Amino acid sequence: MSDEQDIILADLSDEELTLQMHDDLYDGMKEEIEESVNILLGRGWMPYDVLTKALVEGMRIVGIDFRDGILFVPEVLLAANAMKGGMAILKPLLAETGAPRLGNMLIGTVKGDIHDIGKNLVTMMMEGAGFEVKDLGINNPVENYVQELEDGEYDILGMSALLTTTMPYMKVVIDTMVEKGMRDDYVVLVGGAPLNEEFGKAIGADAYCRDAAVAVETAKEFMAKKHNQLSM
Amino acid sequence: MSDIIDEIIAKKGFLLADGATGTNLFNLGLEAGDPPEFWNVDEPDKIRSLYQGSVDSGCDLFLTNSFGGNASRLKLHNSEDRAYELSLAASKLGREVADKSGREILVAGSIGPTGDIMGDAGWLSHNEAVQMFQVTAQGLMDGGADLIWVETISSPEEFIAASEAIENINAPWVGTMSFDTAGRTMMGVTSHDMSNLVKKMKYAPIGFGANCGVGASDLLRTVLGLNENADRPIIAKGNAGIPKYVDGHIHYDGTPEVMAEYAVLARACGATIIGGCCGTMPAHLKAMRRALDNYEVRDVPSLSEISKALGPFSSETDGTGDGPKPARVRRGQRR
Repeated sequence: MSDEQDIILADLSDEELTLQMHDDLYDGMKEEIEESVNILLGRGWMPYDVLTKALVEGMRIVGIDFRDGILFVPEVLLAANAMKGGMAILKPLLAETGAPRLGNMLIGTVKGDIHDIGKNLVTMMMEGAGFEVKDLGINNPVENYVQELEDGEYDILGMSALLTTTMPYMKVVIDTMVEKGMRDDYVVLVGGAPLNEEFGKAIGADAYCRDAAVAVETAKEFMAKKHNQLSM
Repeated sequence: MSDIIDEIIAKKGFLLADGATGTNLFNLGLEAGDPPEFWNVDEPDKIRSLYQGSVDSGCDLFLTNSFGGNASRLKLHNSEDRAYELSLAASKLGREVADKSGREILVAGSIGPTGDIMGDAGWLSHNEAVQMFQVTAQGLMDGGADLIWVETISSPEEFIAASEAIENINAPWVGTMSFDTAGRTMMGVTSHDMSNLVKKMKYAPIGFGANCGVGASDLLRTVLGLNENADRPIIAKGNAGIPKYVDGHIHYDGTPEVMAEYAVLARACGATIIGGCCGTMPAHLKAMRRALDNYEVRDVPSLSEISKALGPFSSETDGTGDGPKPARVRRGQRR
């Protein structure tokens, strides 16, 4: 590994520790992340600050390097796994302190399409960024999406398609949401290899996301806008 | 068995593999969402006609309709127990069509990825993957396939697991990865990484290369990288262009003429097993056949010649080369 001296996490200042956590997330070091989360909580940090300043910020850096082709899926998954370790500690505390939630997402591959790797990656990256994600799996008819949106409490709908033959079904889902008067209640993100921005616009989605990192960034932007609107 | 591939290549200088499976099956009426492998049993005539399309286009080898015929993929259709049966049916039909053709045609039993993630960050263990692949490979060989073709792989762990499964049943095989992320596979494997991996493997494929991915230009850049230190036949199996959304419908933008040009350039880049992937129809294959039959030795094309002929690359570099690599400015306290 390294011939440098071991780092004693508890000896680091708040600022150094936060930076160290960004590095440790980058390196997918789950135990170190869990330890650091506990240290910051012990120093009286609000759970929400630990989440946003240490974990989400660290995953943002991971996302940028994934987007830029510096990190690849295996490293990102390890980072997301480390993040989840920290998240598991924070989750009950966040609920107790009434911290604002980052957002809930419903995701699924559309009817006719049996591909799921891309969708699974988005799910893991979104969870890594602190979102709650419900995964509907593959081959979902419009009824699945609508039913779950009505039953749950979601901010974002994500749809995936990997086939040129199944892409158009995304429009069926969006059109149905419009008919039911529920389209404007959600941010609709679409993705999948054969899609592009033009297609996303043409079918009435809020955004096309090229990859999982872009999906996370886009989701965060939309959630920030939503929070701003609410507080106005 | 590696002799058969070598023989064909020695005779003709190259081997023409087939084109798209999915694109062709949708044209035959496959409903999106249904697993194509069910048709090996439910619609055998349509699968025969898929294979016949490759034969009639002049292919020397075609892949069986078994890409998703592993327990992990079939589980999505509650049919994880049908991996052997569906793979067996796929290659039986293939054998039948090949034997009726009156010329030497190889039946390559297709094995696609499990769709699960292996390695440190994943959940599918090496042994589970080996077991799954072995069931599929056994079905394919029992049905009369000449060899196994492992395709569209992105992780080294999965490639190795497949090789072990195939070793267990003593079958010859070739393997291709899909380089779709800035010249690398989704898991970050570069063309050089793959060459090195193949060289180190205990039960190495008799040919290796790239399939699917982004466009034809990217695929040939990968072939150039693979060819730098290759000691066995290289495979190029690229898509017929890129899917485009035009006037409300979607099609691959590669014409037969473009695919013919791609085939010739693939050969000039050092590939000797050449075929198409998504979007590649019989018309494309016929054009490729003609172009390759009339091939005249030419220089290895430069990257700019490739992009001029086949379109721009999807990324500036492909992770090989000596140039500065993108890297994070780290605080550098761990690793």
